[in-house]
Amino acid sequence: MQPESPRGGSPSLPSRLAGPAVSLALLAIILAIASFFAGDYLQRILIIIGINTILVVSLNLSNGFTGVFSLGHVGFMAIGAYTAAVLTLPVSLKVVNLPSLPHWLQQLALPFLPATLIAGLLAMLVAFLVGLSLMRLKGAYISVATLGFLVIVQVILVNWDQVTRGARTFAGVPPHSTLWNVWIWAVVAVYIVWRLGASAFGRDMRAARDNEVAALSLGISVLRSRLLAFCLSAFLTGVAGSLWAHFITSFSPKSFYFTQAFNIITMLVIGGLGSVSGSVIGVFFITVLSELLRNAERGFDLGVFRLPPIYGASQILMAVLFVLVIVFRPAGLLGGREIDVRAILRRLGAPRRGKGAA
Amino acid sequence: MSALELLLQQLINAVSIGSLYALMAIGLAMVFGILRLINFAHGDLIMVGSYVALLLQVLGLPFPVAAVAGVAASTLAGLAMERVAYRPLRGAHEIAMLLTSFSVTIFLENLAIILFRPTSRPFPAPAVLRSVITMGQLRVAGLDLIAIAVTAVLLAALTLFVRRTNIGIAMRAASQDLLAARLMGINVNRVIATAFAIGSFLAGVVGLLWSARVGKVDPLMGFNPVLKAFVASVIGGLGSLPGAVLGAYVLGGLEILLQGLLPSGLTPYRDALVFAILIALLLLRPNGILGSTEKEKI
Amino acid sequence: MLKLEAVDVAYGHIKALVGVSLEVREGELVALLGANGAGKSTALMTISGIVRPREGTVVYNGTDLAKANPFDIVGLGVIQCPEGRRIFGGLTVLENLRMGAVRRADSSGVRRDLDSVFSLFPVLGQRRHQTGATLSGGEQQMLAIARALMGAPSLLLLDEPSLGLAPIVVQAIFRVIRELHRRGVTILLVEQNVRQALAVADRGYVLAAGRVILAGSGGELRSDPELEQAYLSTAPEAGR
Repeated sequence: MQPESPRGGSPSLPSRLAGPAVSLALLAIILAIASFFAGDYLQRILIIIGINTILVVSLNLSNGFTGVFSLGHVGFMAIGAYTAAVLTLPVSLKVVNLPSLPHWLQQLALPFLPATLIAGLLAMLVAFLVGLSLMRLKGAYISVATLGFLVIVQVILVNWDQVTRGARTFAGVPPHSTLWNVWIWAVVAVYIVWRLGASAFGRDMRAARDNEVAALSLGISVLRSRLLAFCLSAFLTGVAGSLWAHFITSFSPKSFYFTQAFNIITMLVIGGLGSVSGSVIGVFFITVLSELLRNAERGFDLGVFRLPPIYGASQILMAVLFVLVIVFRPAGLLGGREIDVRAILRRLGAPRRGKGAA
Repeated sequence: MSALELLLQQLINAVSIGSLYALMAIGLAMVFGILRLINFAHGDLIMVGSYVALLLQVLGLPFPVAAVAGVAASTLAGLAMERVAYRPLRGAHEIAMLLTSFSVTIFLENLAIILFRPTSRPFPAPAVLRSVITMGQLRVAGLDLIAIAVTAVLLAALTLFVRRTNIGIAMRAASQDLLAARLMGINVNRVIATAFAIGSFLAGVVGLLWSARVGKVDPLMGFNPVLKAFVASVIGGLGSLPGAVLGAYVLGGLEILLQGLLPSGLTPYRDALVFAILIALLLLRPNGILGSTEKEKI
Repeated sequence: MLKLEAVDVAYGHIKALVGVSLEVREGELVALLGANGAGKSTALMTISGIVRPREGTVVYNGTDLAKANPFDIVGLGVIQCPEGRRIFGGLTVLENLRMGAVRRADSSGVRRDLDSVFSLFPVLGQRRHQTGATLSGGEQQMLAIARALMGAPSLLLLDEPSLGLAPIVVQAIFRVIRELHRRGVTILLVEQNVRQALAVADRGYVLAAGRVILAGSGGELRSDPELEQAYLSTAPEAGR
């Protein structure tokens, strides 16, 4: 969100595009370099970062902007993942792995994009139905209700054998997710949330978040803005689920439960609720950190002695880090504000002219 | 078995499991009432006590000693949790505290996984807890009767405590108006620590009964109980102690009812249905059964 | 007894008190007046240790209150009857009073004070087993004052005791305040009801926008034309 220039009125078009343009250019360069030169491992990390970006940015749309603190958003990711996977799985595999699937579904094998879109839409539909009831609740009650939603989704996944293979691994998903299509979706997601946050609708949402009664008296429909944000964020999370499914190619209901939910929330909180650029930074920081920690978990040589494998240590460290951030910097790394690219460019580009340049 | 005997059997089941939920829910409600904190790590206190009791038995100590040690361990763990994780966050936003309690859960669960391996271990329970009493066609688990009796005693003791003792009344006062309590010179730190101590003690007791019931312990055993306890609290009205107890028995009854009524194909979905009913209930009574029905006055 | 000197209190960027100095001597009834938002409640909360001053000193009989916590401050005998009464609605009248005395160790003294409080407020004695929420506004105010008295205060801080009460109830409350003053209880009275407050006060201060703009004896303030100005205008240098 670019601030207005001090003279009032919107800044001119070229300067407004400076921020997004610079970011996109940087991104494209990084991706191009990575796709040609980076090894498999690095590319996988970049894909994970991309998917996490979508997850965190869409969670921000719900939690950060509207104050509806959904703890069960991973449920939408699960819905997206399973839906898309069932749709894209080759017919031959379906016959073997999902023999009781209804005939029309079994004979169907969709390409990636339609399947992903359907996955997102189905997640959104569920969000609408669930949200109609949840959005009326307040504060802690909403969070607990969303947790209930997560449990419901988990129970259904584990028991609806015919479609999900129950608790068994769902394997053989075609690896459609690439560096480029994941990041294109990430850019789309960031764009949507960014624009929404900067729009009048975004302002309404934040007003409703900060003071419901005041917002109501201004005629802002709190229910409607929350529901819309919730559904949209579910759509994006569902899409992310599909991308995840086609990246990791095999998963089970356990992949979409409490631990995953906590990881996403950690990234969100560390980056800062309500800040889109903060979300991205949070994702980068946590993904890289958890990868490093996971490698360290396997134990390594410190020259003098060998550190034994401590599985679960990375989670503990993340939990401690999380608490430290909450205690000492509760607004997240960016304090709920966005990065002002123009200000950075200004500072880099015009040291001689001094103040009053913009 | 006649219909009456079946009903009685199920009733005992429901009251037994409701009792365990009640002991858990009280701990949650006490802390929530004063601090507005939903302590998800409360479930892990069950786990801590159970593992300590298990370890001591493995080391050869008799069950009574191990049991006392287990409950003591839970109590200490709860007090430590309050001192280390929650006190620095006094006055922080609701959500921040909720998320912190998640972190504590993750911390404790992973610590347990590191120390004890993620698989479950059998929990040795003494004969009295494994006994089955037969009365006619009725088969009642000794454990159920003990759970019900223990809960009744503890609830009675707790009621006396919050009605008669200064610190008990202070706890109720603090959960109604924390600022006024401070202005009266109530030692809020001590009141909060007491609330945690009592809740953790109860969790320790639940841990023993639960482990004996299920027959095993594992690092993640606390998650489901705390979720259920939370549902019970919400049903009865968050923060209210009688509400927590009522909600717990309603939940226990609901679970047993659904278990009996659901066609066999659907029984695995029981937990999902319980949550769905909870959400429906919250729509009708957003503050729980015993919570106020007043809309927020402006 | 109580002395505030150049006290500054801020909530984030908002300055609530600026350079406030005031004094309450033993046995006095001092009124603290001012319009809404002038900082009166903040002053009391600072004295009680709930809010910490950024600058200045708050000294009570030689003890620096600015460094003490509320628990200890009550132990010194400084007890507040907060704005809006804030009684414990779910507790009975008796339990409320018991909480007022929770810091005390002398049970015989507590029993005596209980009798004294019931003679001062007979209606509370009649309703002693009723919960606080079932009392009327006036009865709740009496309970709040009684609860504070149960702490055996040497300095009683009253925050807007007449707020939201019917005139006839207000008169009853002020009769009680007058009686307490007669018994020698030192009182710092925050009020918006200027007439009643100045009728019982020995001295008074007037706050506006966080600063003390007027000070004097009850009589002086009553006849000061700038007093009305202080309530109507929000400018810190009202009159002069």
